[in-house]
Amino acid sequence: MMSEEELRQKVVEVLAEEFELDPDIMTPDATLYDDLGLDSLDAVDMVVVLEKTFKMKLTDETALRSIRTMEDLFQFLLKLQPRA
Amino acid sequence: MELNRVVITGRGAVSPFGRGVDTLVENIWQGRSAVRKMDEWTTIQGLKSLIAAPVPDFDCKGLLPRNLRRTMGPMALYATIAAREAAEDANLDQELLASGRTGVAIGSTTGSPHAYQDFYESFLPEMAMEQIKSGEFFKMMGHSCSANVCLTLGIQGEQWAPASACTSSAHAIGLGYLLIRMGRQQIMLCGGSEEVHPTVTGVFDLIKAASCRNDEATRTPRPFDRDRDGVVCGGGSGMLVLEDYLSAKNRGARIYAEIIGFGNVNDHEHIANPHEKAMARAMLNGMQEAGVTPEEIDYVNAHATGTVQGDPAEAAAIDHVLGKTTPVSSLKGHIGHTLGAAGSLEMVILLEMLERQEIVPTLNLENIDPACRAINLVQNRVGYSLHTVIKNNFALGGVNASLVLRRAVS
Repeated sequence: MMSEEELRQKVVEVLAEEFELDPDIMTPDATLYDDLGLDSLDAVDMVVVLEKTFKMKLTDETALRSIRTMEDLFQFLLKLQPRA
Repeated sequence: MELNRVVITGRGAVSPFGRGVDTLVENIWQGRSAVRKMDEWTTIQGLKSLIAAPVPDFDCKGLLPRNLRRTMGPMALYATIAAREAAEDANLDQELLASGRTGVAIGSTTGSPHAYQDFYESFLPEMAMEQIKSGEFFKMMGHSCSANVCLTLGIQGEQWAPASACTSSAHAIGLGYLLIRMGRQQIMLCGGSEEVHPTVTGVFDLIKAASCRNDEATRTPRPFDRDRDGVVCGGGSGMLVLEDYLSAKNRGARIYAEIIGFGNVNDHEHIANPHEKAMARAMLNGMQEAGVTPEEIDYVNAHATGTVQGDPAEAAAIDHVLGKTTPVSSLKGHIGHTLGAAGSLEMVILLEMLERQEIVPTLNLENIDPACRAINLVQNRVGYSLHTVIKNNFALGGVNASLVLRRAVS
């Protein structure tokens, strides 16, 4: 079972590697599109990377589309984590 | 309708020797071979040809940002780097590149074979799409090289991607020449790109056309040689800036040569076998368009890949069209057969020959095959008065292309 802090660190780690980003700018309030420079193709790849990392399917398209910031992403993934 | 004259004002290259025209030229003039043993292929079942001339690995992170690289397989990466060098060489500024008057024609045999491998490695085991990244299709598509070059350089003119295997870049140059000639574009970035992959070599191996001199890599391929045993595949990209002569003159651009003729004919007899009459017709059509006689042709840069059938057919075609005295050589001994990139990458070197007034001999040609002996095959580097030359490229599928170039522009 992954703690919330571990999940946040893992998300930053894998997305920093995938999108060649500086982890320091991947703060909770950073927006994926404007601040981190990602686009619609990257959003597709982000799901692929996260599904592989956390070994789960991210199928809620509506919820995925509403993600704007890193914090939105953390909260989206935390809700999918099994409770201890 | 008055047709425009078309000149070459820029060169770019990524070759089996590495990045840049200077690197390519230096190694060619040193008489080096870029062919090496592919130890990483020894575990592939049924592959007998274990040699190739791949582009050496280089770190591309500092060269292009991630959002551009994500849709590039190796061949698109090579094309983009070569195109940028050619554009810089021709002093094309951003305004001109984005003017809509500059277009692109870049060919390759297929999309990136490495991207195909990645895609199907992920797809086939479970017939599943879930793990496939968004960039994969853009690496696989047939116009991956031209699309990525346009994106990187901000090109807004015509985009073309001729795909005809080993004549892809000869076709791209021919197409660019036609577009400028008729006034549709002022400038065309033209060339081809290819990447080494075992399945590509494997296809030639399958039809018994690949060299299997695995233990003497630098001594093969051997165009026109008695002991040749087939093609060695290479990778890389050659890029040329074609430009309307008046545009080049007005810009004060350096002019490498003028393209004065383009022969492009099909033969219908066999999908794989070369056909000397069609080769001859391609040369004759190019010369007719150029308005030059056989006596005016100073040199032929042959396609000659080192196959048993192809080299004698080309020698016979040259003999038929030009006779026995015109000097001929092939560059495949140095860089292997770079397939879709061959026409443009070899033309980069041909332009250097025009500049230096020297003919590069065929590497590994030691004993001329009696079947090729009718023509004047150059075996040593020689100074020569080069004014009007022919560049041949032929492809599986019956394609025969000849470009006629003239050095001095009056």
